Amino acid sequence: MSAQKPRTLFDKIWDAHVVETLPDGTALLYIDLHLTHEVTTPQAFDGLRAAGRKLRRPDATLGVIDHNIATDSSRYTGIIDPESRLQVETLERNAAEFGMPLIPLLDERQGIVHVIGPELGRSLPGMTIVCGDSHTSTHGAMGALAFGIGTSEVEHVLATQTLLQKPAKNMQVLVEGNLAVGCSGKDITLAVIGKIGTAGGTGHVIEYCGDTIRALDMAGRMTVSNMAIEGGARAGLIAPDQTTFDYIARTPDGPKGASFERALAWWKTLPSDPGAHFDKVVKLAAHEIAPQVTWGTSPEDVLPITGVVPDPEEAADEARRAQLRRMVEYMGLTPGQRLQDLPVDVVFIGSCTNSRIEDIRIAASIARGRKVADGVRALVVPGSGLVKKQAEAEGLDRILTEAGFEWREAGCSMCLGMNPDKLKPGQRSASTSNRNFEGRQGPGGRTHLLSPAMAAAAAIAGHLADVRDYQPKEGV
Amino acid sequence: MEAFTTLTGIAAPMPQANVDTDKIIPARFLKSISRSGFGKHLFANARYREDGSENPDFVLNQEPYRRAEILIAFENFGCGSSREHAPWALLDFGIRCVIAPDFADIFHNNSFKNGVLPVKLPRAVCEQLMEDARLGGNARITVDLERQVVVRPSGEEIPFQVDPLRRHLLLNGLDDIGQTMQHAPAIDGFEARQKAAQPWLYGG
Repeated sequence: MSAQKPRTLFDKIWDAHVVETLPDGTALLYIDLHLTHEVTTPQAFDGLRAAGRKLRRPDATLGVIDHNIATDSSRYTGIIDPESRLQVETLERNAAEFGMPLIPLLDERQGIVHVIGPELGRSLPGMTIVCGDSHTSTHGAMGALAFGIGTSEVEHVLATQTLLQKPAKNMQVLVEGNLAVGCSGKDITLAVIGKIGTAGGTGHVIEYCGDTIRALDMAGRMTVSNMAIEGGARAGLIAPDQTTFDYIARTPDGPKGASFERALAWWKTLPSDPGAHFDKVVKLAAHEIAPQVTWGTSPEDVLPITGVVPDPEEAADEARRAQLRRMVEYMGLTPGQRLQDLPVDVVFIGSCTNSRIEDIRIAASIARGRKVADGVRALVVPGSGLVKKQAEAEGLDRILTEAGFEWREAGCSMCLGMNPDKLKPGQRSASTSNRNFEGRQGPGGRTHLLSPAMAAAAAIAGHLADVRDYQPKEGV
Repeated sequence: MEAFTTLTGIAAPMPQANVDTDKIIPARFLKSISRSGFGKHLFANARYREDGSENPDFVLNQEPYRRAEILIAFENFGCGSSREHAPWALLDFGIRCVIAPDFADIFHNNSFKNGVLPVKLPRAVCEQLMEDARLGGNARITVDLERQVVVRPSGEEIPFQVDPLRRHLLLNGLDDIGQTMQHAPAIDGFEARQKAAQPWLYGG
């Protein structure tokens, strides 16, 4: 046999999971881990029940409750909202009926599905991972092929442990150099989306490469890969390396002992081969990335914090001018206005993008010895019960509450406006979440996406602020 | 799933790019555990005012677009959240076809699985169809999946491409789980090989 042609990380994971290729090129792709939550599964289990089908691999399926629940203490006395309660009870009933493992709401491992998968050691390199949620791309930071699916596909995976898929194209995003002070994975991922646009990755899987990515910790990598979907790619990928392996070794459910060694030997073969072909390559110089903030209603409408609101009339064509006019109006902005002058009503630090212990540490480091500005509501929502416990062990909750932040229970919270944490019409938020669409955080809400450090700085300042002016205080 | 063969109907113009799934169906309406009933919440934030009354400026609140079965939009339709509630809401309202220059991947998949046909046509063609749609009730557009053509009110036929497997499933209203189940022996074989090579994926 001739030597195999060089393959990308995506190609290798894909090839290892093709059960069969149908005549038209569609692959029946095997799924190693299926994560489920309360919102996108009830209709899928109904479908199984109606057809008399079983859950094929309960051991490769894990449910958790995250989207619709309140993040205050009310969960301990029963879910108040009747629709939310019904949805949660439906997941519990379906888990019991089909034998699906489910992390109970009051378990300390409960949390956002994309936080708990890696944290527990369930999301591993080389795996195929799906979930009825577009931010499944997060798990790509582990070196796994992970993507969001709809409810019909959830049902398909529950019944068959496979999906019918056409192979994606390979796209490489290469980020090189040292990241500037005040910048993080969030600033990288926003800058990438600003460069490629929200459809730049459509039909592709993005592999994030380069020494800047290599230097990120796992939390930073998850933030980067999380927002691959905002660049149009269903999946992001980061090659597994020693940082990944060390992270897995510390997880409760990851492979142990001889099993770990055997897995490690395979994981080390996964990185893209030298000379592997990428259909599209985009390069960014890390030192050119300044702290980022979105100003409009699409994640691609992002600028350095030192920027000003663009003038729609300067756009190239009429369609874009109309789109920008609408954004400026919806967001309550004036062209030419400095982003740093925009007052905020709410600050949200949380979501599957930025709710890990590293995110909370950086927010606390900026909050320490300072106070949230008058009239600003600032929430910190840990991504899981385990993150919450760790933060409390480090005293981060105390630093944050002393500064005037609210310290909440784990959940999706204000990322998506389907639980009690919502913006009121006209309110402006500085948010570490992933989408600034109209109404995303509540009808009429105005969202500016940014990093946890930038969010903490905005809470202190009372307006969007440059985190470089709010570095941690010494000796407080 | 209801088969899709050919559809002739009123098309609603929505001259916007990046129509995201939060716009199509906001998250607060995702708490239902059934597949039906989402039509009344379709485009809720744009369609209703704060007091719950209809916003007369929104296209689907205007005649004849209340009866629209086709939607014409611009680039990256259906971006954002993976919620299948988006095609469920379109379908429940009565829209069975969306025509746009391109679609976000997950929405594109979800639509086919619910008998909603996404048709990709170049921007310039979408702009012509947008003008046709603005003519209202006298200008029906036909989408013929069998022949893979969109027929303008003028009679002009515009061919479109569609994945052959998806076309087959949609034309026949087939559920693909049943089809995949026929590959059960291959799936069993894959699992046996994988379990031997990668036991850690099976708790070993």
